[in-house]
Amino acid sequence: MSTELFRTCPESGLQFHKPAEQLMRANAVVAIVILLFGGITALLVTLTRWPAVHLLPADKFYQLLTLHGVNMLIFWIVTFEMAILYFCSSTLLKCRLATPRIAWLGFLLMLSGVVINNLAVLKGNASVMMTSYVPMPANPNFYLGLILFAVGALLACFVFLGTLVIAREEKTYEGSIPLVTFGALTACIIAVFTIASGAIIMVPTYLWSLGYINNIDAAMYRLVWWAFGHSSQQINVAAHVAVWYAIAAIVFGARPLSEKVSRTAFFLYIAFLQLASAHHLLVDPGLSSEWKIFNTSYAMYLAVLASMVHGLTVPGSIEVAQRAKGYTKGLFEWLRKAPWGNPVFSGMFISLIGFGFIGGISGVVMGTEQINIIIHNTIYVPGHFHATVVIGTTLAFMSLTYFLIPVLFRRQVVMPGLAKWQPYLFGIGMAVFTLALMAAGTLGVQRRHWDMAFADSIVGFDYPASAYTFMGVAGISGVAAILGGAIFILITVISVFFGKRVESESSYGFASSKLMKAEPVLVPEGGHEAAGKWGFAAPGTFLLAIFFLLIFVLYYIVNWKYLASVWPMS
Amino acid sequence: MSAIQPPAETVWWKRPLDKVEGTWIAIALAWSLIMFIMMPLWHIYGKQNLSNEAYRTTPQAFLAKTQAMVDQYTVRTETEANLPVVRPPPGSDVYVLGRLWQWWPLLELEKGQTYRLHISSIDWQHGFSLQPVNVNLQILPGYEVVLTITPDTGGEQTIICNEYCGLGHHNMTGKIYVTEGAQ
Repeated sequence: MSTELFRTCPESGLQFHKPAEQLMRANAVVAIVILLFGGITALLVTLTRWPAVHLLPADKFYQLLTLHGVNMLIFWIVTFEMAILYFCSSTLLKCRLATPRIAWLGFLLMLSGVVINNLAVLKGNASVMMTSYVPMPANPNFYLGLILFAVGALLACFVFLGTLVIAREEKTYEGSIPLVTFGALTACIIAVFTIASGAIIMVPTYLWSLGYINNIDAAMYRLVWWAFGHSSQQINVAAHVAVWYAIAAIVFGARPLSEKVSRTAFFLYIAFLQLASAHHLLVDPGLSSEWKIFNTSYAMYLAVLASMVHGLTVPGSIEVAQRAKGYTKGLFEWLRKAPWGNPVFSGMFISLIGFGFIGGISGVVMGTEQINIIIHNTIYVPGHFHATVVIGTTLAFMSLTYFLIPVLFRRQVVMPGLAKWQPYLFGIGMAVFTLALMAAGTLGVQRRHWDMAFADSIVGFDYPASAYTFMGVAGISGVAAILGGAIFILITVISVFFGKRVESESSYGFASSKLMKAEPVLVPEGGHEAAGKWGFAAPGTFLLAIFFLLIFVLYYIVNWKYLASVWPMS
Repeated sequence: MSAIQPPAETVWWKRPLDKVEGTWIAIALAWSLIMFIMMPLWHIYGKQNLSNEAYRTTPQAFLAKTQAMVDQYTVRTETEANLPVVRPPPGSDVYVLGRLWQWWPLLELEKGQTYRLHISSIDWQHGFSLQPVNVNLQILPGYEVVLTITPDTGGEQTIICNEYCGLGHHNMTGKIYVTEGAQ
């Protein structure tokens, strides 16, 4: 192991293995280009669903919605996650990356998959939405692109796992891997399951589109496809929770309240998250209620339990760290005195709140077997998953990027004043957007639908005026959030390609918060409890968690009441 | 050690929980179990459940059954497309089929009566979304769903397709008229 292959970041003390560093940069840059492309389609789709604007004609709308879905939900996030996997293995374990050449092969396969898939949709004969439900046919290249991308991502997962093995063999760390790496490992294991499911369904579908197979059963397709489609979003959950822990550690020197609890929660993800294919099949024919109940609840909500645990332990660890630094006044001084002007922190915290309060609660409620009857395929569903994937995952990745620009790319973040506001514009815009979509969905407005006025239908339907109002609110807030996304891309691209090189410590900007170099927080005398209240180490966080639960319970009850007003059926 | 470093203690799993974590885990687990039990309970005490009764079928077979019902019970036609409005007797088997791009035929049901509603698609996947009552089902080609329903609100309900099914998807609609008592 030659030492010149390693670079130590003077500010963070992180060690970068050069080949790993190049791969992280390449993956992050490609991911952000895809995000840009996805953002442009987001704008056009939003402006079409905003009833007062109704921008695109129907065929263009469905085409761009397909592109938006595939690029955002799969290509952008998974590509960025590969950078995170390399960071969490090679950098955090101070270890050389396993087989960089295979990692590059994976990268090229992923890139070519993105290009082939996008070209197929752009040519206009693959407007089948991300889900490409059979027997609606798409150009074979649509499936081929996805398959190549998946194979590339699988190679990257193996490089990650190989790096863990090397680190252990070469003893680059002592004891157990860091919690953040454990979270990345969770994401990687879920990714392998996800990609395998994707291959099981996409390969036959590709052969079907070429004419070698004459029938793919629609119900079977949905079951297996969602083991890919939903689980790929569970990679995101594991990855962005790992990013939350990482940012709590970077900004506050926070240590997990207990390794045991946080790791067990990650393990629950591995064991149960993949059952969630069922969330999409609750009103499908051919499945029993027993099957639906067991799977939709991740076997008694054990993965939900895991997320509720992370939702407490991440801010809880921040609270303990802040209290140890002396912010002990009242229940919330630790939170008030947090660095709200630093987008690395503010983005991460908005991500956590938005994911839990909006995405988490709505996800569990609509994933209830019977309640799904009043929600399935309405625009409530995109409302939910924009809260999990956009506020949760994308915003978490954005905050991490503000840290990586100086540390990984060694460039200063340009326009820091604008960067300060970016997470708020993006996060709050998106929060209003998701709530408006859910409200419209509750009134029965459909997703993936060009005209809620049914102007060309032989048999029409009038939604109530409030539904139009909510879709208008979604339009305005959606555009605001997209503006926030555009600012992020602008800052990132200018910083990475034209930003000043970082030299001295003072030029690290957001990454150089003095806190980052702080000693990891030690347990105060008398244990964590001594710094808290009521014998709790993190009483403020606990109160927030109880508040969360209260909203959860109320919203759950409201939805059962709504269901009870629907026609009796059995 | 922070979360991006290996744990300070090698035997970290022996460290006791903080009280705040233990308490929250107990509360969250209890809530999880309550939510889990609610679903079977609703099957026993609730009135809105899916029977999950479904059969394999073919487009030809389902079209034939629907056509037979239309031939027997059509009471009038509507719109310039002459869409049949079918009024089957209460308690009977009623058929609705989805195809590019309509829900066919239009139905007239009696309020408070119970019907066995059979739904299938004869081409691609469709979504059966009844508005404004708000009932949403996934409809697949090759599968015939049977739902026992009792319309308890009068007036006009629209069936909207809510699974994307190509360029005319947003025009794919149908109707269920709910009338008060026998005419």
